[in-house]
Amino acid sequence: MAASALETDRLCKSFGALTVADNISFRLEPGARHALIGPNGAGKTTFVNMLSGRIPPSSGRILLGGEDITKVNQSARVRRGLGRTFQVTTLFRSLTVLDNVALGIAERERVSRRMWKPASRHDEIKDEAMALLRTLGLADDARTVVQDLPYGRQRLVEIAIALGLKPRVLLLDEPAAGVPSQDSGRILEVLAALPGDIAILIIEHDMDVVFRFANRITVLVQGQVLVEGRPDEIAADRRVRDVYLGEAHG
Amino acid sequence: MSGYTSDPRIKWPEWLPWIAALAFFFTMPEYLALGSRILIYILFALSLDLILGYAGIITLGHSAFFGLGAYTAGILSAKYGINDPFIGLVAAAAMAALLGMATGALILRTKALTLLMLTLAITSILYEIANRASSLTGGNDGLSGVTMAPILGLFKFDLFGRTAFIYCLVALFIGWLFVRRLIYSPFGAMLTGIRENTVRMHAVGAPVYWRLVLVYTISATMAGIAGALLAQVNQFVGLNVLGLEPSGDLLVMLILGGVGRLYGAFVGPVVYLIAQDYLAKAYPEYWYLGIGVLLIVVVLFARGGILGIWDKWLQALSRQIGSARASAR
Repeated sequence: MAASALETDRLCKSFGALTVADNISFRLEPGARHALIGPNGAGKTTFVNMLSGRIPPSSGRILLGGEDITKVNQSARVRRGLGRTFQVTTLFRSLTVLDNVALGIAERERVSRRMWKPASRHDEIKDEAMALLRTLGLADDARTVVQDLPYGRQRLVEIAIALGLKPRVLLLDEPAAGVPSQDSGRILEVLAALPGDIAILIIEHDMDVVFRFANRITVLVQGQVLVEGRPDEIAADRRVRDVYLGEAHG
Repeated sequence: MSGYTSDPRIKWPEWLPWIAALAFFFTMPEYLALGSRILIYILFALSLDLILGYAGIITLGHSAFFGLGAYTAGILSAKYGINDPFIGLVAAAAMAALLGMATGALILRTKALTLLMLTLAITSILYEIANRASSLTGGNDGLSGVTMAPILGLFKFDLFGRTAFIYCLVALFIGWLFVRRLIYSPFGAMLTGIRENTVRMHAVGAPVYWRLVLVYTISATMAGIAGALLAQVNQFVGLNVLGLEPSGDLLVMLILGGVGRLYGAFVGPVVYLIAQDYLAKAYPEYWYLGIGVLLIVVVLFARGGILGIWDKWLQALSRQIGSARASAR
């Protein structure tokens, strides 16, 4: 079997008596468009935080491209090709959009330790950042300070930073969270146009987004994988409907 | 200010401090001792601005490096007869760098209040060591007998403090060029990133901790050099270079001037030390009250410090001019 892009092996996480991840074994194929769904409190964000290295698992293993990265810290995981976005917008708010993206590219290119030549004379970094912003339709905002940007565009910057890292695996934690529906179309377009060689795991509440974007879906309930399958299988699954209907009625 | 979208060229107002310093040198010879002290504190404040204003490291222990630098240069001269100023500076820089690296590695995994307390603990420990090791440091009486050989064998330290002032001015100028270069570099942009959002910086793959240790070491080195200058210029080192008080004074100076603006480190010490000099003569018992009131006013009404007020005033002025022009049309 070919190496997976990202894989977990019986991953567990408990906070005291509370188990938020219960033996999650999960596989993300190279180039996948995989969605992780589940009701509130199912442990989706905790799972992503363990994958990205923000919090350590209680037990189990995480493999990136077949290599065990369970003990590898967060920034080293990024350098190995694991990028992520945040559910709660996590940007350099008082810096320009271009700076936000350039800081990530500079880390990837390892120029961040340079102390002499001015940052603004690193044309290769700025050009790459500009090119990336152009593909996301953010070119006109390049010199805007992030906190002056409409929220929907801030979500795009969040994606732009992650893409600037040229990840092999990208974790998208609710990329359209909080965006008014008339603006979420742009984000969907961007998601649909993401390079095919990046394996993507998306966490999303909006079922429209999930079914348009993903070709594989995993349902997480109370820290456990309830079911995994193609979108049509998930849509037809009684247990999934119970969970969601139960939540809707409860 | 810094980053990939800023213009790194030196603008004309940035030459003003240097012109002012030279004008001061020629017009106020009787205040050169105070002038040298101000220059030294500006260098010290610059070193603090680098970690506090740019990297976001909060500290009450920056006097540890200042004091270590002062004692290193002082002891070399007073106890070992090594009077060459540059050797003193280099030795002080090296000692402060080592202490910065060692303590930085120890404490920079912590944040906020814990970090603040640890930095304070370190300088307090140094204070106590300097107090006890009186055979080396002079303890509570201070270290006297520091003498300086002529700079480069040419320029003697004169009684009027002219050489000392120029010596400090050159040191500060080099320090300023260095810090300025640093904050406009990718390294400086990266520091701003850590201050702005540490979580994000981790998520773009930056080894945040090591970067903080590096900038802390650089800052400590600069503070050590400033301390050495103080010892050499005063030809004396008092215990009051270590501990909470000088750290707190420095913090007040920087906040007064404006944090994370580079030139706040210039304005703050000038205002603070001149006010101190004046108030201490006029109201020897109550002068701290004046400083306190000044600080409260700045913190309550002008979070960006004196330079912050200046910026706002300039912006308001340019808006008025703009609207005046618009209505004239």
